[in-house]
Amino acid sequence: MEHHDCRHLLGDLSEYLDGDASALVCAEIERHLADCAKCRVVVDTLRKTVLLYHDQPKPEFSEPARARLYRALDLQNFFVPKS
Amino acid sequence: MSDHATDQALSERIRAGDKSACAECIEIHSPAIYRLALRMLGDETEAEDVTQETFLNAFKSIDSFEWRAGLQTWLHRIAYNNVLMRLRKPRRETVSVEDLAENEGLIETPRQLLDWCCLPEAEYATTEARAELARALNELPEKLRAVFVLRDLEGHSTEETATILAISTVAVKTRLHRARLALREQLADYFSEMTHPQES
Repeated sequence: MEHHDCRHLLGDLSEYLDGDASALVCAEIERHLADCAKCRVVVDTLRKTVLLYHDQPKPEFSEPARARLYRALDLQNFFVPKS
Repeated sequence: MSDHATDQALSERIRAGDKSACAECIEIHSPAIYRLALRMLGDETEAEDVTQETFLNAFKSIDSFEWRAGLQTWLHRIAYNNVLMRLRKPRRETVSVEDLAENEGLIETPRQLLDWCCLPEAEYATTEARAELARALNELPEKLRAVFVLRDLEGHSTEETATILAISTVAVKTRLHRARLALREQLADYFSEMTHPQES
């Protein structure tokens, strides 16, 4: 990153990607991105990073672990196996 | 019934010793509690232990439940405290929780400036790529990982995350941004090599 603006705008990029940045900040970032290829890479790969994690399958709480939880809490009579 | 009303009704039944209410609470909340513990600790057995401890602690201290925060947030806060106790055991070799406090507001300048967004989608979904995503997450300092897991993986709001972690909303936003930038650097090391084998 070379321009003074790169460093200046870096702190606002997550809010920009989440749609939470103010209109003023969005305009400033977009003006800068139009002129700065390196920052475009940072923004694109930052967005891709978040998307990749969003797309990861969620770890499952397994059926045996669920049964052990009920037993540990002395609630085994309320355990209903999932079909 | 609103979420708050549901939480209040469920907590009152648990307080009154209704075991079916405890079972309902487990059914609703245990998968997310387990995921938080697993993503923070990286170990299935420990995550299961934390899940058990969390519900034991919660049912014992249901009188102190602050229903305004919501049952889910309260349970996550208990779980996070249980996670922290395990992370602070000396046998773990992770970035110190204290190290981060001194650099709380520091945003590091991006080092990786190669574009790796152009790979075929299948390349991002391989077993190896998924392992890389998990490794990068595990290498984040604990405070950054907690915010990223709660905000980006579990979808909690900034305010809920701040309540669970007992930090300000400003700290949540700063840590989330730092976490994303750090993950981007880690993933760039891996994916840039596939996109630009000579340059990275």
